[in-house]
Amino acid sequence: MSSSSNDVEDFVGQRYRHGFFTDIESDTVPPGLSEAIVREISARKNEPDFMLEWRLAAYRHWLTMPEPEWAHVSHEPIDYQAISYFSAPKSDADRPKSLDEVDPKLLETYDKLGIPLHERARLAGVAVDAVFDSVSVTTTFKDKLAEAGVIFCSFSEAVREHPELVRKYLGSVVPRRDNFFAALNSAVFSDGSFVYIPKGVRCPMELSTYFRINAANTGQFERTLIIADEDSHVSYLEGCTAPMRDENQLHAAVVELVALRGAEIKYSTVQNWYPGDEEGRGGIYNFVTKRGDCRGDDSKISWTQVETGSAITWKYPSCILRGANSVGEFYSVAVANNLQQADTGTKMIHIGPNTRSTIVSKGISAGRAQNAYRGLVKVLPSATNARNYTQCDSLLIGKSCGAHTFPYMEVARSDAIVEHEATTSKISDEQLFYCQQRGIHEEDAVNLIVNGFCKDVFRELPMEFAVEAQALLNVSLEGAVG
Amino acid sequence: MSLLNIEDLHVSVNGTPILKGLSLRVDAGEVHAVMGPNGSGKSTLAHVLAGKPGYEVDSGRVEYRGEDLTEMAADERARAGVFLAFQYPVEIPGVNNAYLLRAALNAARTERGEDEIDAVAFMKLVREKCALMSMDQRFLNRSVNEGFSGGEKKRNEVLQMAVLEPTLCLLDETDSGLDIDALRVVADGINTLRSPERAMLMVTHYQRLLDYVEPDFVHVLADGVIQMSGGKELALRLEADGYDWVRRESAA
Repeated sequence: MSSSSNDVEDFVGQRYRHGFFTDIESDTVPPGLSEAIVREISARKNEPDFMLEWRLAAYRHWLTMPEPEWAHVSHEPIDYQAISYFSAPKSDADRPKSLDEVDPKLLETYDKLGIPLHERARLAGVAVDAVFDSVSVTTTFKDKLAEAGVIFCSFSEAVREHPELVRKYLGSVVPRRDNFFAALNSAVFSDGSFVYIPKGVRCPMELSTYFRINAANTGQFERTLIIADEDSHVSYLEGCTAPMRDENQLHAAVVELVALRGAEIKYSTVQNWYPGDEEGRGGIYNFVTKRGDCRGDDSKISWTQVETGSAITWKYPSCILRGANSVGEFYSVAVANNLQQADTGTKMIHIGPNTRSTIVSKGISAGRAQNAYRGLVKVLPSATNARNYTQCDSLLIGKSCGAHTFPYMEVARSDAIVEHEATTSKISDEQLFYCQQRGIHEEDAVNLIVNGFCKDVFRELPMEFAVEAQALLNVSLEGAVG
Repeated sequence: MSLLNIEDLHVSVNGTPILKGLSLRVDAGEVHAVMGPNGSGKSTLAHVLAGKPGYEVDSGRVEYRGEDLTEMAADERARAGVFLAFQYPVEIPGVNNAYLLRAALNAARTERGEDEIDAVAFMKLVREKCALMSMDQRFLNRSVNEGFSGGEKKRNEVLQMAVLEPTLCLLDETDSGLDIDALRVVADGINTLRSPERAMLMVTHYQRLLDYVEPDFVHVLADGVIQMSGGKELALRLEADGYDWVRRESAA
């Protein structure tokens, strides 16, 4: 990374030196996890009994589970009793009052990424209302969605306003016992997004967390639930290309998608959390469970992700292809620089007849980073004529990084067609020299080649997201060569 | 002042001397052909002038427009007007041909303090140059050199040269791998780029390119030095008699 990027990281990293929540505000529960804490969280959120019971069941099961060790990552043991599991949004008094109080280096990075001015304020943690009036934008947005009958709100609001939907679908894709981190999330999740698209409705706009009020402070245990009712369509954008300031080191989110008959969900993520300093200290651990259920016939779920941040990423957005003729897609670019570790991929579980899945994974490793693709394609005996195509490419920049591929295939049918293609390449000196001989600066040449490598994934992203993702990739790989 | 002035140049690769005291002057408006047997150092000369990493300049001088070329990085040389048409152009998957070309053109324009060319003006320019090279415009939307035939790759090199309008063109075995029709197209492209402001240095093993692109000077490179220089008739004698007589004659 160039010196300016390091400064940004230093700035972001300052928050970590003092540990988690040394000053306990009245709105923060004390560190540690116990049944009392789970009850406290639920009580503070005024949740109905079914939610409390659900959380407690998850917590009790979590206590019996060992922490998974199979991922190709290494880190110091996490002290789950040192984490505070509930924190209300920071009060405006604690935030910078304006952009003048924000580190100029951070602003410089926003500039490079082309982030609009009002966005910068929000990202840098400036008390938003002091800077610009977001109310009008949000109101217009809400009106338009309400007209279409779309529900898009925070998870807490959904629990209060639409308990029947939450009760019906929560945990129906990712059960609370699914895995260690999902169980933890189920016990203590703070907030997140809830989306319901009614039958036959094509959501009139792309849904982005940006428009959700208080999106910036949903915290480390986020829960997202998206339900697309029959013949509906929705495109959901998660995350942001700009480096996010965040006080929490451990992130264990759960995302559940449900697509009923004929429905389509497109879920796009750009993740750029703090990756730690050059030695990997202080970066965010991102242990996420994302799963989509093509529950109805002819449904489709498509995951597209660009992962550049976090010290450790552990993430496998998956599709359960239950409905006949259902389609699952996974397009991923995962970048790891310096000492970042990424173990990411997907699972495609073919259950219904004529189900199809496509996996395109592009892993980029630079510095001393380790990047692993881990994918499972499973064809059950009920999945007649299942098809899968997997393409898994790795690009290495420099001599000290690593790329690893762990493809698993379990095929129980002889009529299934499962294809797997994998390549590993380096940015060759020949390619670099060719671009430079045409007058292109070295760093631009690297960006050009890397963007070419990622093209198959970028073209799956919504237009403006794709442009941002390219800029992000360029910033993430600054100084990776030379 | 010559456009390019090479004096007593010694170059080695991994400790092995390749060029051993090469001297050559090229003036604007001239077309020079450097011929020689395999392994004589022809491609090394082109690569060293373009600034390819891995070549060690042990001694001697290379001046381009009065400046020490060896002090400049490869991309700086390119923006200063030095262009190498590669013998084996590399493939860059996923990178659009037109995109690379526009990035290259804008890098040069920015260096000269000019505005970047806008997309419309660029496409107009490139279409003209495509026509010049008898190239299908669909070519522009393909990935750089990916899946190109040998002839397409060479035509693409000359297309880039036509768009970037360099001052010093280095052509490394541009005729190799071309059938006679492709050779004619490529040669026509090169000929239209001949101008009083521009110099060309063609490195070639065979004389046949010179049937189409007539050089002002022909040099014979063998054993790391220019053994003999002359006009285009020298190329014809090399074609007829091979290279051995040059060595004998210059040794005598």
